Amino acid sequence: MKLFVSEGNPHCLKVLAALEVTGVQCGVQTVSHEEKVVPFLSRPALPALLLPSGQYLFSSNAICRYFFEANGQECNNLCNQWLEWETTVLQPALLQTLHMAVLQGKGSEASKVLQSPLNVLDQSLSKGNMSYLTGEAVSVADVVLWGTLHPVLSDSPSASSEHESVRTWFDRVAALHSCQSAAQKVLQGKGLQAMKSYVQKQPAPPSSQCRDAQPCNSSPAESEEGERVVSEEEMEAAVNTWSKGLNSTSLAADKQHPILPQEGKRNVLVTSALPYVNNVPHLGNIIGCVLSADVFSRYGRLRGWNVLFVCGTDEYGTATENKAREEGLTPQQICDKYHAVHASIYKWFQIDFDFFGRTTTEKQTEIAQDIFWRLHQNEYLVEDTVEQLRCEKCQRFLADRFVEGMCPHCSYPEARGDQCDKCGRLINAVELREPQCKVCRQTPVIRSSKHLFLDLPKLESQLEQWLDKSTSSGDWTLNAKQITRSWIRDGLKPRCITRDLQWGTPVPHPDFREKVFYVWFDAPIGYLSITANYTKEWEKWWKNPHQVELYNFMAKDNVPFHSVVFPCSLLGAQDNYTLVNHLVATEYLNYEDTKFSKSRGVGVFGDMAKDTGIPSDVWRFYLLYVRPEGQDSAFSWADMALKNNSELLNNLGNFINRAGMFVTKFFEGCVPVMDLQREDKKLLALVGWELQQYIQLMDKVKIRDALKHILNISRHGNQYIQVNEPWKKIKEGDPERQRAGTVTGVSVNIACLLSVMLFPYMPAVSQTIRDQLNAPQSCIDTMLQGTGTFVCSLSAGHRIGTVSPLFQKLEADQIEALKKRFGGQQKTLQNAANAQPAVAAAAAVGVKATTSGGVDPEKAKQLTKAVAEQGDKVRALKAQKAEKDVVAAEVSKLLDLKKQLALAEGKNPDPAPQKGKKK
Amino acid sequence: MALRELASLEKYLGLKKPNKYSTQGDKKIPVLQNNSPPLVGLVTIACHLVKESNHQELLGDTADSRAVVQQWLEYRLTRLDIYTKEDIKTVLKDLNLYLQDKVFLAGNHVTLADILIYYGLHPIIVDLAVQEKEEYVNVTRWFDHIQHHPGIRHHLPPVVVLRNRIYTSRHR
Repeated sequence: MKLFVSEGNPHCLKVLAALEVTGVQCGVQTVSHEEKVVPFLSRPALPALLLPSGQYLFSSNAICRYFFEANGQECNNLCNQWLEWETTVLQPALLQTLHMAVLQGKGSEASKVLQSPLNVLDQSLSKGNMSYLTGEAVSVADVVLWGTLHPVLSDSPSASSEHESVRTWFDRVAALHSCQSAAQKVLQGKGLQAMKSYVQKQPAPPSSQCRDAQPCNSSPAESEEGERVVSEEEMEAAVNTWSKGLNSTSLAADKQHPILPQEGKRNVLVTSALPYVNNVPHLGNIIGCVLSADVFSRYGRLRGWNVLFVCGTDEYGTATENKAREEGLTPQQICDKYHAVHASIYKWFQIDFDFFGRTTTEKQTEIAQDIFWRLHQNEYLVEDTVEQLRCEKCQRFLADRFVEGMCPHCSYPEARGDQCDKCGRLINAVELREPQCKVCRQTPVIRSSKHLFLDLPKLESQLEQWLDKSTSSGDWTLNAKQITRSWIRDGLKPRCITRDLQWGTPVPHPDFREKVFYVWFDAPIGYLSITANYTKEWEKWWKNPHQVELYNFMAKDNVPFHSVVFPCSLLGAQDNYTLVNHLVATEYLNYEDTKFSKSRGVGVFGDMAKDTGIPSDVWRFYLLYVRPEGQDSAFSWADMALKNNSELLNNLGNFINRAGMFVTKFFEGCVPVMDLQREDKKLLALVGWELQQYIQLMDKVKIRDALKHILNISRHGNQYIQVNEPWKKIKEGDPERQRAGTVTGVSVNIACLLSVMLFPYMPAVSQTIRDQLNAPQSCIDTMLQGTGTFVCSLSAGHRIGTVSPLFQKLEADQIEALKKRFGGQQKTLQNAANAQPAVAAAAAVGVKATTSGGVDPEKAKQLTKAVAEQGDKVRALKAQKAEKDVVAAEVSKLLDLKKQLALAEGKNPDPAPQKGKKK
Repeated sequence: MALRELASLEKYLGLKKPNKYSTQGDKKIPVLQNNSPPLVGLVTIACHLVKESNHQELLGDTADSRAVVQQWLEYRLTRLDIYTKEDIKTVLKDLNLYLQDKVFLAGNHVTLADILIYYGLHPIIVDLAVQEKEEYVNVTRWFDHIQHHPGIRHHLPPVVVLRNRIYTSRHR
């Protein structure tokens, strides 16, 4: 056992005293303050005790306790209570005192910090009427408290008039020989100054206000920066803006289609990554592209920009062909079906596209082929032969997912032509062992086939030049820049742009008949063709880099195609194309900390959201609140309910509803006269500041961060109402009634501002608020101009409409039910996984039973259970429409188990036709 | 907050009659009322409840582990109840290193230290991103273990912990 101490360290006083009082045998080693004794702590912690078991104690109180217990003196409740008080109250106060007295020389102020703890101690001692803290004998509590107080009490005998009981007790303990020698060892008679070097090395103790502050929280709306100090100038400016009133001319008249770039305006073209048509989008897809792009477009229109927002479904490729085969439809039928599914989901989410198109159109063929020929003429395409698998029976080359076989890396038997699902490695289809055509199960042969490649290395310098400009002048998210940089750093290679397929844009070159463009080349051209389907004058958007700013929204997996490959196609085509200026990529959204998975049925998919009974606006709010901006985030039901109840219902909704209700109840529905006092002006300035932050963040597409400032405003508002209590003042005399009027008027105007700021996030709620307040349409055009203008838009005398609550509480049982419903399949899978060992065990048992050939009721019982569980699993899989071969595999397991059961029961396993058929 | 912890602890200990509590000051320090004199402080009350319940082993079964338990209880009060953002990182880093070769905070079975540190750490862990949870993999493993220990979690929502790492490429 060994005790490590350092000189001038006040915490060492008590441990050395305790060591001597108890007479425990222990080696003592003096080390420097910075010595790292305890291996797992990042900051040096002294004193420290190395226990016989090899563990370290790094808390001085725990060390003292240990010595006293070794001496047979255990802590009782009272002793525990003193020790807890010492750690949580006295020690922080003392460290602050030492910091002030030793380093800042503010001795007199320093002693104030200790006043209140000393009062507590004094009262307790005088009431208890005992010699020591816990009785008539010295306990660990006495030694610990003495050690803590020694630095301040031993030096100042003059303070004796106060805290008399503390003084008497302190002197009694200090007189103990052990305490005197400990003090000598640590402070060497130098008093406070001995501790200087120790105190200097400690982090500055937080001042008392900080210590009471709420623990910090990383979610956006809850981390408050504390009270902002508002200057006189800010207040004056806020009042000036307030009194300006609304713009007389309405900026944004109703949208006039087609929207075209206009001279003298900021022309913003917004695209969202094209969702792939063969699946229903999940929440992660929705927040990653269409919803983020929608919020930004709505915001841009409020700012008075000339915005065009286009998107559509990406419909070509092998996945569509496969899906068509699966569902027994043609690829075109599949596309029609799923395009409608997508469109209706986005409609429900209130995604306000100017045009939602698709890639399987004539314009697509026209524009893609035009770009192709331009690339060809400019000699940016190269020819090469590629070895590919061809199925002679089906008469075609087997691209990507049309072939399956054994993974060359991990020997997984069901690896696909492009990737192995088990080890995740990318595979070149010809490397597959024992390849099979997915359609007819024949073994394909290797054939060489001629293909065209986009010569990226030749375009690299042009690309880099453009990237430098775009990334430095535009708002590219960090991940977009990083992913792009790493692609360039690894060196660009020619990329194949043709494929041996039917479902795609045909390659017009006569040498490459019967081939189509590979989707990655084809799909981004969809942005252009979709715009072309929207307006004949599409080139005013897409061949107009001087007038148009292009924003691309996507999830991070799509970045390279938008930042490297597609720009290279456009640069090589040399037709003055508009290239991306701002590339906004999100990270991934997880589902309850696992991944969304269509095949496993995990998570909420777009078409299910509306069946939850939760309004579209609330979905939008929560998805934007957890938008994976800068890092991955997760959708969680419990958190959604919490944020709905705490932020929407109790904060935002509560404020807006209260403001409106006061007008209705106390002022007959008319906004009262407002006579602004200092406090109101301060609030206007605070709100104005939040509005400015909101605009700055939104301009930079920090959608999630900007939301925080909306919630801050309603928080300020709630506080303002709470402090001023208009419901009380209205019942009092005239000046108070007038005050209630001002507070109500300012509040209801803040509510109006909030409705405008909310518009991009929750369009329906935003409109409802303005309807309830009967707010003039021009307020929506005024508030977000410039750096933000919070004007009084509901002036005195304005009559508001009928006010009603905006949000509903999400109850715990409702959420629990939803969580079960959408994690339900996941749960059955888990059950199945849990059942697995049982099955395996049963199988093992079964083998034994068959070999011994005897009847075994115990095994039969286990097997009966395993059969029942396996049956449930199969039913669950069928119910969730799992893939056929998965079901087939489980069914065969089930049949096998039944066979074993029959054997164990001594029946003939083989003829069981009914059962076999039934499953 | 502290009162709910104590209520959960009572349930875990199987105490029959619930105790009466109040709080003291703006920090809402718990006070156990039906003790004479009333007991003040989370750890003090928790230790008292454990002694009452005859589950002494929760305070540690050797002198060494008793001291270690007390040390982590103190850590809970000084480092988890009052913290800033930078503190959290240090706390998680230190705990992660400490728990590298341990199943429980003290000794070879669950102790009061595990329970109270779990309660205190819960609001921090809830807020961690998946990536951070992976960074503090030992803390997360311990946390998941304790939250699944029968009878401890009670008033707190479970925190989902991924078993498979999804940021495996990150070097630490």
